[in-house]
Amino acid sequence: MPGDGGFRARPAAATKRLRMRVNGVWRGLDAVPAARLSAVLRETLGLEGVKVGCDAGDCGACTVLVDDAPVCACMVPAGRMEGRRVDTVEGLAAGGRLGRLQEAFLRSGAAQCGICTPGMLMAAEALLRRDPAPDRAAVEEALAGVLCRCTGYAKIVDAVLAVGTEPVAAVRAEAGAAVGARLDRLDGVPKLRGKEAFGADAWPAGTLLVRAVRSPHPHARFAFGDLAAWRAANPAIRAVLTAADVPGRNLHGVIPNLADQPVFAEEVARFRGEAVAAVVGPREIVAALDLDDFPVSWEPLEPVLDVAQARTEGAAPVHPGRPGNLLIEGRVTTGDAEAALGAAAAVVEGDFSTGFIEHAYIEPEAGFARRVGERIEVHACTQAPHMDRDDLAAIMGLAPEAVRIVPTGVGGGFGAKLDLSLQPFIALAAWLTGEPAGMVYTRPESMMSTTKRHPARIHARIGADAAGRLVGMTFEGQFNTGAYASWGPTVANRVPVHASGPYRVPAYAARAAAIHTHCPPAGAFRGFGVPQAAVAQEVLFDELADAVGVDRLEFRARNALGVGDPTVTGQSFAQGVGIGACFAALRPHWERLRGEAAAFNAAGGTRRRGVGVAGMWYGCGNTSLANPSTIRVGIGRDGTVTLHQGATDIGQGSNTVITQICADALGLPVDAFRLVGPDTDLTPDAGKTSASRQTFVSGAAAERAGRALREQLLRRLNAGPEARLILEGSVLRAGEGRLDLREMAAEANEHGYVFMAEETFDPPTTPLDENGQGEPYAAYGWGAHLAMIEVDTELGTVRVRKLVAAHDVGRAINPTLLEGQIEGGSAQGLGLALMEEYLPGRTENLHDYLIPTVGDVPEVESILVEDADAHGPFGAKGIGEQVLIPTAPAILNALRDATGIAIRDLPATPDRIHAALRGLSPRTAP
Amino acid sequence: MSGYARPGSLDEALDILAGPRGWRVLAGGTDLYPGLGDALRRADLLDITGLSELRGITPGEHGYRIGALTTWSEIAAADLPPFFDALRQSAREVGSVQIQNVATVAGNVVNASPAADGTVALMALGAEVEIAGPDGARRVPIGDFVTGVRAVALGPGELVTALTVPDHGARARSHFLKLGARRYLVISIAMAAVMLRPDAQGRIADAGVAVGACAPVARRLTGLEARLRGAAPGECAARLRDGDAEGLAPIDDVRAPARYRAEAVPVLLRRCLEACDGAHDGARDAG
Repeated sequence: MPGDGGFRARPAAATKRLRMRVNGVWRGLDAVPAARLSAVLRETLGLEGVKVGCDAGDCGACTVLVDDAPVCACMVPAGRMEGRRVDTVEGLAAGGRLGRLQEAFLRSGAAQCGICTPGMLMAAEALLRRDPAPDRAAVEEALAGVLCRCTGYAKIVDAVLAVGTEPVAAVRAEAGAAVGARLDRLDGVPKLRGKEAFGADAWPAGTLLVRAVRSPHPHARFAFGDLAAWRAANPAIRAVLTAADVPGRNLHGVIPNLADQPVFAEEVARFRGEAVAAVVGPREIVAALDLDDFPVSWEPLEPVLDVAQARTEGAAPVHPGRPGNLLIEGRVTTGDAEAALGAAAAVVEGDFSTGFIEHAYIEPEAGFARRVGERIEVHACTQAPHMDRDDLAAIMGLAPEAVRIVPTGVGGGFGAKLDLSLQPFIALAAWLTGEPAGMVYTRPESMMSTTKRHPARIHARIGADAAGRLVGMTFEGQFNTGAYASWGPTVANRVPVHASGPYRVPAYAARAAAIHTHCPPAGAFRGFGVPQAAVAQEVLFDELADAVGVDRLEFRARNALGVGDPTVTGQSFAQGVGIGACFAALRPHWERLRGEAAAFNAAGGTRRRGVGVAGMWYGCGNTSLANPSTIRVGIGRDGTVTLHQGATDIGQGSNTVITQICADALGLPVDAFRLVGPDTDLTPDAGKTSASRQTFVSGAAAERAGRALREQLLRRLNAGPEARLILEGSVLRAGEGRLDLREMAAEANEHGYVFMAEETFDPPTTPLDENGQGEPYAAYGWGAHLAMIEVDTELGTVRVRKLVAAHDVGRAINPTLLEGQIEGGSAQGLGLALMEEYLPGRTENLHDYLIPTVGDVPEVESILVEDADAHGPFGAKGIGEQVLIPTAPAILNALRDATGIAIRDLPATPDRIHAALRGLSPRTAP
Repeated sequence: MSGYARPGSLDEALDILAGPRGWRVLAGGTDLYPGLGDALRRADLLDITGLSELRGITPGEHGYRIGALTTWSEIAAADLPPFFDALRQSAREVGSVQIQNVATVAGNVVNASPAADGTVALMALGAEVEIAGPDGARRVPIGDFVTGVRAVALGPGELVTALTVPDHGARARSHFLKLGARRYLVISIAMAAVMLRPDAQGRIADAGVAVGACAPVARRLTGLEARLRGAAPGECAARLRDGDAEGLAPIDDVRAPARYRAEAVPVLLRRCLEACDGAHDGARDAG
């Protein structure tokens, strides 16, 4: 077709009639024979339990069984399945009842977000069909082809091993006994059946497909060719979207006054992968487009790729209004750090660096939008529905009430799904075409265009007196925040508050700067910069402990913050400072593991073991900012208790934890509850799922709502505050009181409830002054990890053999879910320490970017310390980010313990360890 | 427009390949599908998995004939003499179980990745590539067949039909080690495979040594192989010399710098030699 702008229209590929036996039933279907089996199972047969995470065999989420053998359905041509048996997760629950394997997953807490669960189940099913009672090694081998980013694999392996043993019944909690109980996650069954609808699932029939045109350059000026001609040559295309089509402001950002990221770049692209346009049309047509033909021309410009370059005099500004490419700088100062270091008995210092870290959730961003009259509805994976609503309203030029965000299941988030990604594209496409429009990011697209953990360059100095007491510390951090602000300010503000670690540092000066580059935007990732800071501080602590001749664990315990001690921001707590208790809990493990390592090393050989420890603290919720959550709970006249739970459960368990809290506050069993939401039309704003705030903040709101509803009920029943509340059908009883709710129909409110409570909790904080002094958080979570590792000193490879994790959680609402957080977060910490580094343009897939597999994670022993917080629900504190922070420094300290080498530039890959080992003469190696 | 053909016989497949369309040959699909991405919908694929004559492992005049379509799972599970251990060990390192269940031995070779796990072991075993084409059948040593990164000596209209491995006898042993930055599902930083065939007195009569991911193409270390001949039991590892890996040309990439590769190779070789030589059992894994 000459003159068509380079686009070659293609007739749809021919289909072929196929017969295959799917989940025990012969099915006939028409399919393009070369089509991926995963796509045919999902789109033609509606088996959306087959998850697609990479289309490259790297993640295993699409694992199905073909004639009993596990395969990645993304790499199998459908045409090859003629006459074959294909089993998917949908076949595991016979008659709708969970099978033994699924039941074991539910009981063990093996599913968190649930996106890898179908693949894990099918990989395990294949093993169990040939070996009904496999050992741990066989289970690990069998699961090795499926990546999980949430669980750290431990509970998955346990679940598969449990299938061969006596089934364990589900824990049932009586009224008032839910808090502390190991309840199955309330939203677990759909995840295990492959029925949970994630962003790519359950689209309306005929949903149009949206694909983005993205910059191949980190910095480039661009111009469109003849878009009208391209459209004309492709009559099936329904819309081509560019910045000109954005009805409101072509900007978004999680921090409203710094919103700087365009939906579609205008004239200049500031990072590789930035969207400049999108095409919309029927799914098959758009999926087959070669977007290299899209009429856009690029003029590459000199990029600024790291902070050193960005801060150089005369460096090109990424944004004209931000001189020196400085987005923002945060600082905390107390006492005279320089003077204290000058007088210290020992001072250690060091330079540290970390790279971009990719969240690597197994669900790439996905969702669909539809226009409903003059409103737009967005069904997509997200961690922050109300923030999405408000930002999207500004983009669409609509009132916030005209935007409805209905979060789908979220297949992992870890911070990157706090920012808008594809929501503006699908909303615009649906708005302009009037038809539902959806989008599924490819793995490379997800990796190149969404936020990352900030690369850090840190210089720190820490001093102690002769008695091993900290006297002062300075900390300078430069964080590569990439092309747009995203959560850069949050990192810059949070890091100086936390860089002391959970210790008494009387003289302290810390600064952290967020600096722009032409890299992908760095945003939120589990810890907001604190994990990077903790690497520097905790690694230097070992050197300092050695310098003053104090045992490394004892050094930390001696300096740990206690009740009444001022933090570096001058805040002190009257209760709930559990870091000392965490170190104490680790003491026997420390002695034992060090003994084991010494015995192992005494035997000689080229492998050496070492043990390391690191502590952490993490403030729950926003730093010195309003941070409210609102929870609504009501009873209808049929006696159903409905919890409007707007805290997005991205796998961490807020659906379950918040219900447990509300149930005990109300005094009715969890079984009595029905959950609604999150949905911005149906649930009050419970804030974003980040900053370890949902248990602490939304949980506290749920506790208040539960108590408020209880008070109403008891008052109506004329019962005392301690009375036991009993709900049978529609009949409520307490003390002598009895009430049939059905008889109250006339009193139902606008939500249909005869009794309802809606309560808000906003943790009390104060602003930080110009020296960073104030009360930035109402509570901190505390913890410490011990790692024992084994190093192959000839090759520089490391195996983490054991991790002991002690966390002060205030109150363990659901110990199984807490352990899952610890195991999963520490696996991410292990990745940060040993293997993960995202290199823009080079590691945009899950085989060049490595995350831990089941074979890389250690046995994890979790110790839950309960030092109640004054504000948290039943005393509970957050756990989400706490669990990741100490792992990497504990591993690095174990490496130094084993070999004497200090790795300060992460990740500590085999080549870096090997090079460092070579730098030591054999005589000085311990 | 895109096309798909799945012939039932080799002749039929060769006829299709001889035609004018630019067919991509599809076997296991574990390299082709990820590589194609959305271009899958625009490609012409010749699916050769219906060619039953290209399956299975059979003894024959050229030693063992491993049909091109034999999967890595089939190799890992096959009842083969001990000298095949390196190949079986490499089979278990090709991606994941899911990949091993469909990926084929010929696909690993023809894809010609410098980090192809199977190619290294096949090279150490002295494998040859059996090729069918418009001009009939031919066999080429694997080292001559893989000519560069993603480049093989396959003419127009030709298909690989099998790999053949000489019978090294009951006394021969082999070992394969892969070095990667994580335990499973990992692309190699470096690999080594060693095959040692002792004579009746236990002295090495023949040796095959190959190294992967350290040059555009997996390489045999012929100097080392020659030096190993005549070695007494337990003496092989001691015959390693500093310059043995000098013919390699490792590169810096996202997985590791060249220097590390060069330094890891002697360790891998020594451990492979020790494992084959029966002197040590310390070669269990490379990390």
